[in-house]
Amino acid sequence: MYPLPLTQLSGSNVVLSERASNIHMTTTPGPTDPIALQLDHVSRHYTLGASAIRAVDDVSLTIRTGEFVALLGSSGSGKSTLLNLMAGLDRPTSGAIHADGKNLAALSSLELACYRRNTIGMVFQSFNLLPRMTLAENVELPLRLAEVDHAERDARVTEALQRVKLDKRSAHRPAELSGGEQQRTAIARALVNRPKILFADEPTGNLDSATGENIMNLLIEIKETLGMTIVMVTHERPLAEKFASRLAIMGDGKLLSDGATTGVKQ
Amino acid sequence: MKLRDMTELAVRNLREAIFRNSLTTLGVAVGVASLVAMLSLGVGLQQLASNRLTKSGLFDTVFVTPKLNLRGGGPPAAASQKPETRLLDEDARQEITKLPNVIEVFPQIRFPTEVRFDGKPFPTVVAGMPLSSKLSGAFDGMKGNFFSSETSDEAILQIEFAKELSTDTASLVGKTLAIRYAERQQLDDGTGGFSIVPKEKQLNIIGIVETEPASGFGGYGNGRLLIPIGVAQSLRAAQVNDLRDVVRGGPSKPTYASLTVRAKSTSNVDDIEAAVKKMGFGAFSLLDASKSLKIFFRVLDLLLGLFASLALAVATLGIVNTLVMAILERRREIGVLKALGAADSDVKSLFFVEAGVMGFVGGIAGVILGWLIGRALTLATNIYLKRQDLPGVEISSVPLWLVLFGIGFAVAVSLIAGLYPASRAAKLNPVEALRYE
Repeated sequence: MYPLPLTQLSGSNVVLSERASNIHMTTTPGPTDPIALQLDHVSRHYTLGASAIRAVDDVSLTIRTGEFVALLGSSGSGKSTLLNLMAGLDRPTSGAIHADGKNLAALSSLELACYRRNTIGMVFQSFNLLPRMTLAENVELPLRLAEVDHAERDARVTEALQRVKLDKRSAHRPAELSGGEQQRTAIARALVNRPKILFADEPTGNLDSATGENIMNLLIEIKETLGMTIVMVTHERPLAEKFASRLAIMGDGKLLSDGATTGVKQ
Repeated sequence: MKLRDMTELAVRNLREAIFRNSLTTLGVAVGVASLVAMLSLGVGLQQLASNRLTKSGLFDTVFVTPKLNLRGGGPPAAASQKPETRLLDEDARQEITKLPNVIEVFPQIRFPTEVRFDGKPFPTVVAGMPLSSKLSGAFDGMKGNFFSSETSDEAILQIEFAKELSTDTASLVGKTLAIRYAERQQLDDGTGGFSIVPKEKQLNIIGIVETEPASGFGGYGNGRLLIPIGVAQSLRAAQVNDLRDVVRGGPSKPTYASLTVRAKSTSNVDDIEAAVKKMGFGAFSLLDASKSLKIFFRVLDLLLGLFASLALAVATLGIVNTLVMAILERRREIGVLKALGAADSDVKSLFFVEAGVMGFVGGIAGVILGWLIGRALTLATNIYLKRQDLPGVEISSVPLWLVLFGIGFAVAVSLIAGLYPASRAAKLNPVEALRYE
């Protein structure tokens, strides 16, 4: 458990965040903003041999539109499992997850795929770019799945790559890029379908600290520009404190604490 | 995902493991090639047989006889319903000629004769041949020439008979022989009777044929001395039905023992046969024999196809193996696709399309390979036939339906082979797949 000083926020609060060497102001949503995600008593239990594992145990959480929530916790705390549940990659054993007006627990496999395709974007620790495809083709993949017209695809791929400043390298393959560039490509891929929520699972885990900070700054910029909700899993407390507007701390599958960060970060 | 995008992705995936996928596709190609080669042999042999038979004129021909002549009265029930007996005379011939889809109607004229050649007698049977018989294929490769007209005094000898006349058969062409025959001369007393008068006719030998163009139907056995039908009719040689005419009594025109009716195609034979029967004559054709032949070749094709399908069945195991390996290798990729919003059906379709593409490419390659095998077999057969001094034949044929069937069958079998791997890929848990290293 992390001994964090948590501050409950009310209304729209102003949080300053550091971006590169500058200090930026970000607007955090208050209780009146619409709800992006709502988890009601969500549990995810596994059976491993004879023993039952409570990966997520009775977690309730409300995330409002425009929030940047960091799910913090040690290895095995259940934060990634919770992220997978919110991203519609997994189903809860019990409880309800409401997103985009639907209870994910009650959706069919096809409806969950539609949710992943149209409502959310995902960024992974190990980037998960397809090595045989160029950057442009990797970014285009969600558009193919969403059956977006060919004519529109090119424009949207270019726009997404421009946003992460990789439009000049669209014809390169992932192996020709640095880790940071690969993660930026993965972010472009996650954004290309214009999702409402971005889930990031340890997005800086495979990067050095400077590159990690760049990625975090990019996420902040995207959140501010596109008004997106971001849920990030990390075990790096300083990073979470520095960039997220809210910390939800997990331990043994339970939500141990949940609250806004201190506001100003240098 | 749209089919175009799916196919593009599938082809890209297949290119990634090009060596393994090429081997699998080659397996399909070999399976399809054996199937196409076997079936092309079946089809080729069937075409060879049916072309020969069609050219012989047996299957587009209706043989017409007087109703009571060959049927022997028939069973009592049939006898009680028998239509009015009609004479198979010139009027009947003209009537049959006017039936739809009839090309020609000619009498079967065969009669015994004694050939005088080089001062020696040679008994044989003369057969009248229409000019259209040249197209039957029976005269292909003959020595000398075919008849110049229906009324020219010319003769073509069947090789066996020619050998009786001379050991040097080639030297016979251009020589003259005489035939002695019994001419029927009608009496003018109104009784319908006639006299039999011995006659002689000089004929030029214009050719020698190795086949037996006048074999088959017609009563007296095989004609070994062939003359134009017009000449045969003008001879008024006595035939077996002349005796029946005398017994029938009363004055009447001479009748024919039988008529041969040639139809435009085999599909018209049934209608013509029925129409002729309706006119009160006996009629029969060899179409039923043709149908039996078709059934035989269908069964042969089926057996050859089943045998060849074994190779394709083995190839499908290769597809299953390749795709299952691909699932293991691309487990993480499947997880990424699902995380990005691919539905189970998208993943299933992707693997399905990959199997289909392998089947399609293998099918095309297999058809080409099968065609080449067929050509090689034809070539080898023709080399053998040439050494035996026999004319060449086409023993294999790859018609369009076989091309489409070969490719379609390969795709269908590949899709079936892809069922299990595709379903397994679709069922992968995305969370577990993403964890896979």
